[in-house]
Amino acid sequence: MRRKAISSLLSRVHRHGQLSAIAPAPRLYSTHPPNAKLNLPPQFNKTAYLSHTAATTLANPELPAEIRDTGSTTRLNLYQAVNSALSTALSTDDRAILFGEDVAFGGVFRCSTNLMDKFGSNRVFNTPLNELGIIGFGIGYASHNPANTAIAEIQFGDYVFPAFDQIVNEAAKYRYRGASDFHCGGLTIRMPVMGVGHGALYHSQSPEAYFSHVPGLKVVVPRGPLQAKGLLLSSIRDRNPVIFMEPKILYRAAVEEVPTDAYTIPLGKAEILTPGTDITIISYGTPLYTVELAAKAAQETLGVSVEVIDLRTVYPWDKETVFASVKKTGRCLIVHEAPRGGGVGGEIAASIQEECFLSLEAPVGRVTGWDVHMGLIFEQFNVPDVVSKWNFRAPETTCVYLCADISS
Amino acid sequence: MSLSAPLRRSLLPRSYRSIVPRYPCLTRRCLSSSAAAAAEAPREPEGTKEVPMTVGDGGPGTSRPVKQRPGSDRLVFPGAVNSKFTNRLQFRKYDPERAIDTYRVMDTEGKIFDESHGLDFDKLKDQCLKMYRSMVSVSIMDQIMYDSQRQGRISFYIVNAGEEGIAVGSAAALTEEDAIYAQYREAGVLMYRGYKMDEFINQCFANKKDHGKGRNMPIHYTSKSLNFHPISSTLCTQLPHASGAGYALKMEGKQACAVTYFGEGAASEGDFHAALNIAATRGCPTIFICRNNGYAISTPTLDQYKGDGIASRGLGYGIDTIRVDGNDTWAVYKVTKEAREIAIAQQKPVLIEAMSYRVSHHSTSDDSFAYRARVEVEDWKRRDNPITRLRKFMELRSWWDQDRDSQLRSQTKSEILKTINVAEREKKPPISSLWEDIYDVPTNDQRRQMEELRDVLHRYPQEYDVAQYDGGEDGVVSKR
Repeated sequence: MRRKAISSLLSRVHRHGQLSAIAPAPRLYSTHPPNAKLNLPPQFNKTAYLSHTAATTLANPELPAEIRDTGSTTRLNLYQAVNSALSTALSTDDRAILFGEDVAFGGVFRCSTNLMDKFGSNRVFNTPLNELGIIGFGIGYASHNPANTAIAEIQFGDYVFPAFDQIVNEAAKYRYRGASDFHCGGLTIRMPVMGVGHGALYHSQSPEAYFSHVPGLKVVVPRGPLQAKGLLLSSIRDRNPVIFMEPKILYRAAVEEVPTDAYTIPLGKAEILTPGTDITIISYGTPLYTVELAAKAAQETLGVSVEVIDLRTVYPWDKETVFASVKKTGRCLIVHEAPRGGGVGGEIAASIQEECFLSLEAPVGRVTGWDVHMGLIFEQFNVPDVVSKWNFRAPETTCVYLCADISS
Repeated sequence: MSLSAPLRRSLLPRSYRSIVPRYPCLTRRCLSSSAAAAAEAPREPEGTKEVPMTVGDGGPGTSRPVKQRPGSDRLVFPGAVNSKFTNRLQFRKYDPERAIDTYRVMDTEGKIFDESHGLDFDKLKDQCLKMYRSMVSVSIMDQIMYDSQRQGRISFYIVNAGEEGIAVGSAAALTEEDAIYAQYREAGVLMYRGYKMDEFINQCFANKKDHGKGRNMPIHYTSKSLNFHPISSTLCTQLPHASGAGYALKMEGKQACAVTYFGEGAASEGDFHAALNIAATRGCPTIFICRNNGYAISTPTLDQYKGDGIASRGLGYGIDTIRVDGNDTWAVYKVTKEAREIAIAQQKPVLIEAMSYRVSHHSTSDDSFAYRARVEVEDWKRRDNPITRLRKFMELRSWWDQDRDSQLRSQTKSEILKTINVAEREKKPPISSLWEDIYDVPTNDQRRQMEELRDVLHRYPQEYDVAQYDGGEDGVVSKR
């Protein structure tokens, strides 16, 4: 499909005669090395972290019984699943409104497609281009009546920072300073985050750590359509301000069978994606798919059994599930795209060493973005990949301990 | 118990003293309760000179003393120094019928309306040809680079179609001493200033000759030598920078100004308010040029603001403001020239709102026919275009003809294609560029990370494509 699109464009361009003088084979700006064995692109159509059949979807124990027993499923990608959750939220809650930049025509990632037509322009609308206004407006709407639901879209996570004051000083503290007589719990802030291959400085950031330092906020990151639909509906209905970060590369790439009817998935609860015994890998969002490949490679080449945990709610996170897993495996690696310094991984590692010290066989490791900005053509060296998770890079790293244990 | 006026004054901060006698009610309200304490206050020495209160401190002509004359028909508030009293309760309303005029020099056929513009075109002939060539170059570069993106050669592109006249017309009125803080649809400014075709293309191809070292998305240009600050994707963040830079020029006593460009959508950001307000209060020689092209991605101006465009806001900040036809390159040139004179001679900011239409999609990531009719775009294209208009102007003077035009276009096209061919074969910047320039020198942590990555690349050579980066694996660790 994509190839067809490109070839048709090529022919169009050649008709114009513009580029025919240039070498015919275009060098793509982002490639996978031809001989790579580990650093392969994630296979979204095969991953076990997405549900490819109705049967596996309906077997998900987190879904309500009526959906599992009698429900049907629809094949959706991530933006369609978000759209479905938004549609449910708007149709089941008369006081819900949806707004942000370019939301009316469907949003730049198509998440709000058709919603203005369905629910009217009083409830689904464009705002002027002003993030602090969007969030402040949402706080005002939500705090006016605890039953009000404000769903705000920030076009890219990279552009949330003008709203930082409104989120940190207002949304997070409204309930506290108003002693729950006033609060803006009906506010949900959606934004696309993480790398996309060519987003560079301002379309690739993972700003979750900034908000995971602020009591009063919840930060949620789904890994795929099924999760997104349930977690977003929970976030919208939760009466605390929730920041819902959607990994933008997954909007189209992640496709799965999603229950057609509405359902929720609880916030604050991690999910064990693959049970294992030797090491726990904790991640969320896009990197989970390279974690899966790394876990497979570790199993095949080293015989290492990896337990993979999707944190899902990054703040406040599910300590019970994580601690139980690390106490079992004795080793832990945390993976995120955001830079290492001050990242979510540091907090998780510190908590693990406090709670699981006597069970640890190795220091808790972190595989993260470097302490850099996301330079356009350097993204492949900055985003955690399969190799970086299993590179036995220095004697103190987690995996060396693991490897030594296994080989001895 | 009553206090003598000098004693009363001594209780107030020095800056307020002069105001007290003019506000007897304020004085009573504030001071009567603390009269006892006031009695003990030290008496001000006789003959202390009254310091007049002034308002406006933004440079010459903006500060004046607050004086209340007895029996005046207006009260002098510090925040509104010349507001008449009225007994007519009336809210001022925005009247769309009385919009700010749009300044024009020539019509869509390139004909000059009248000669009051004061431009000596014969002397401007060389400049005119340069302006036209710059606009055509931008336009052709845009078409080819747009197609390059569609082929996957580059990751992204934004064209300037329909707005070349604003960038080029304004750039022609500036000097290289003037610092530019652009948004992302002003390639014409760089083109006019002499940014070379290979500089544009190396940036878009993110090769090792890119001044931004391959870090930025395409069209995020930077040029130290042309006094053009690096472009950020974030909207409107450059506006307060231009205010600060204008202030720096003022402090240096330079005969230059700072110039910033932005869209009408960006003007909704808080940065716009911050920038104009601080530039006005500090009297910064800064020119704010708004390209009002009707759309912020999909959002039409109707959803972006109510009121008379962006120009009407300038007056609210006390800033000299003008609206101009952005398709009339001479009009843009003229108003920018005037604005520059005002900014520098009077040391204060100026706002220009240049009206145009975004003929193109927002970017290569956008399909604008999802939210506007194709016919709307075609209609605009047919009706008016800054390049055609300037060309007609030149043809009317026999400065230009079809042959010269075809030659210019084919030469430009072949230069661009040749440049792309070379640019595509260049290596990427060394991988160390990922860490460099974050701080003046990389931190110890960052150096360890470079070593860590080099180790990974060394152990797993087949897993990474390092050959296209300058120095390959050896280029990972900063030499600096």
